[in-house]
Amino acid sequence: MELTDRNAAWREELRKSIKAKERSGFTRVAMNELDGEYRSHNSEEVNLGLTEEQALAESKRCLDCLNPGCITGCPVGIDIPAFIKNIERGHFADAAKVLKMTSSLPAVCGRVCPQEKQCESKCIHLKMGKPAVAIGYLERFAADYERKSGEASVPEIAAPKGKKIAVVGSGPAGLSFSGDMAKLGYDVTVFEALHEIGGVLKYGIPEFRLPNSIVDGEIANLEKMGVKFVKDCIIGKTLSFDDLKADGFEGVFVASGAGLPNFMGIKGENLIGVMSSNEYLTRVNLLGAAREDFDTPVLRGKRVAVIGGGNTAMDSVRTARRLGAETAMIVYRRSEEEMPARLEEVHHAKQEGVIFKTLHNPIEYYGDEKGRVKQMLLQNMELGEPDASGRRRPVPVEGATELVDVDLVIVSVGVSPNPLIPKSVNGLEVSKKGTIVVNEEMQSSIPTVFAGGDIVRGGATVILAMGDGRKAAAAMDEYLSGK
Amino acid sequence: MNKIVSKEFYSENVAMLEVEAPLIAKSRRAGHFVIVRVDENGERIPLTISSSDVEKGTITLVVQRIGVSSAKLCAKQVGECLADVVGPLGKATHIENFGTVVCACGGVGTAPMLPIAAAMRAAGNKVVSVLAARTKELIILEEQMRAVSDEVIIMTDDGSYGNKGLVTNGVEDVIKREKVDMCVTIGPAIMMKFVALLTQKYNVPTIASLNTIMVDGTGMCGACRVTVDGQTKFVCVDGPEFDAHKVNFDEMMSRLGSYKEQEREAYDRYKKEHNLG
Repeated sequence: MELTDRNAAWREELRKSIKAKERSGFTRVAMNELDGEYRSHNSEEVNLGLTEEQALAESKRCLDCLNPGCITGCPVGIDIPAFIKNIERGHFADAAKVLKMTSSLPAVCGRVCPQEKQCESKCIHLKMGKPAVAIGYLERFAADYERKSGEASVPEIAAPKGKKIAVVGSGPAGLSFSGDMAKLGYDVTVFEALHEIGGVLKYGIPEFRLPNSIVDGEIANLEKMGVKFVKDCIIGKTLSFDDLKADGFEGVFVASGAGLPNFMGIKGENLIGVMSSNEYLTRVNLLGAAREDFDTPVLRGKRVAVIGGGNTAMDSVRTARRLGAETAMIVYRRSEEEMPARLEEVHHAKQEGVIFKTLHNPIEYYGDEKGRVKQMLLQNMELGEPDASGRRRPVPVEGATELVDVDLVIVSVGVSPNPLIPKSVNGLEVSKKGTIVVNEEMQSSIPTVFAGGDIVRGGATVILAMGDGRKAAAAMDEYLSGK
Repeated sequence: MNKIVSKEFYSENVAMLEVEAPLIAKSRRAGHFVIVRVDENGERIPLTISSSDVEKGTITLVVQRIGVSSAKLCAKQVGECLADVVGPLGKATHIENFGTVVCACGGVGTAPMLPIAAAMRAAGNKVVSVLAARTKELIILEEQMRAVSDEVIIMTDDGSYGNKGLVTNGVEDVIKREKVDMCVTIGPAIMMKFVALLTQKYNVPTIASLNTIMVDGTGMCGACRVTVDGQTKFVCVDGPEFDAHKVNFDEMMSRLGSYKEQEREAYDRYKKEHNLG
């Protein structure tokens, strides 16, 4: 195909136009962003995206490698050099087309993927001691360009196969699966339990990092491809698996996520003012609790502690700042080096005045006479020997504790698979942790049921969920075609 | 979807809404609830299903006007639609032939009790229902409860109807006069707490249907968590029914007050905007 053929004349010409050595001498572009103090009081998107000039300059840094490592670092296998070279020749809409061949949600991934651990970690520049090409920024640029142009391209759809497929859950795994299956000609219906489509992209990731309008744009694309969405419908409750079968669905993809929040089980955790990240973020992001014209309330603390060091913890603590917290702190039991959150999010949180109390772990909460949390007892920690995960194990420093005033505590110590779906299907093999057991093809113990994303992995990332969706779509197609 | 097909006020602040929801009508069992969002800017609130009509494809909800969302619900007219109705949620009531079952209801708690009493009766139990309220006007669904009970005892705080006294007085009278094998209680938390204390004294197994704050209703947030037998449980997926003798009602009541101030302010604003008392 002309757009992706490395040997196309236009592309050879581009390669020849600037020497590789010169390309690797260009400086990596810096993303424009809102000022830290200004943005910590509103929900505007922090990162402003690249200008056309910036995108063109950054695209010139890509060497268009013969064996591009970046593609192997991308869980959905985007043809990265192809889309970047289309940017370099000024064909921005074509760049978006290339992205859409493999990714159903480029505007989302360009914003929330941890590129430093994926595509950008395999960039050839790193071997030469130079910063990687800003693949994520460029992906976002191309997707945004297409959306703003109002001329979103619809990928080519194969002839209808006459087969109905059900998708359980409309998060990143379900959306990515749906896009691929629709392209293959299947009749896809997505069932969502909540009143909005998008899963964690809507209820979890805040507006300042991923505007809901961006998610809705991607969903509209899927609708154009023929994907149907049914909200307020819980598979296993509203409709059973047998109902789906009776309705003629020949395959089911379960992507119900890991929505069940973990608590630590320490004293005082059920006091008023202690809540899960899921509850806090759902109230604010999905239900508009911070907005005056919406009915859902949310507790606003002056001194807020968020327990945990992942992306969800960063989203929560930055949200707390925006809702008026004078002091917003991260309490994390290891050191900053071990934090699972993206570097960019940690950096942004610091710019917004978030305090980092690393090597601390809460052991008890104390409440006032009304049952509202007022203090937490923190145990000081130090790092011991590496554990099974390879990270150094946090161990308590004996006798070293401190009492800290708080009026809102957000617990963000991970999630477990929601048991609702696994429990409602007879004969479905489920692991001890509650995840659905699948083979390498994402196929469960029931041949027509495939699964992917957090319901298979436990809490993981958006892009891994999308990768699962892609893989499952290819495998289900093969299975149903009897290949 | 979610069209209101009929509506009736049981008392000044208690309305019955029959809502189109064919899938829920078909799959729901006694004890199940739904989450409702009245309009696009609305909050998600839990409401128990008091009955359903599979042929008409409708479910019946009974709602007491106590705040913004319930006031908006009560103001909805026949023919209008609710933004979202999702369910059936929670675990269905465990129904078996226990022998004699006392159903202890307070106020609008009678509505969610109705399908449970009916199912208990259908399973061969002798059902004695105790309906309690502050005053005569607040006793609801008496006729419907009589239809599914072997006996109905009415209790009012002020003695304006039935016997004067609390629900616990009615339940204790029954326990004293005959062997009671199971008690089910639904009503305000404080009432369920005292029913639990009473039946514990007489060793009568008791189930309470808990009405905590909920957001999603599917187990993903933990807003509804309670302590049962020293363990944290999520009411929306592990309940809503629990062994009443093991529930920490004091903690539950405290947590129910989490948003008291915001709720009152919002309701005052709403009443002012809509010229309500």
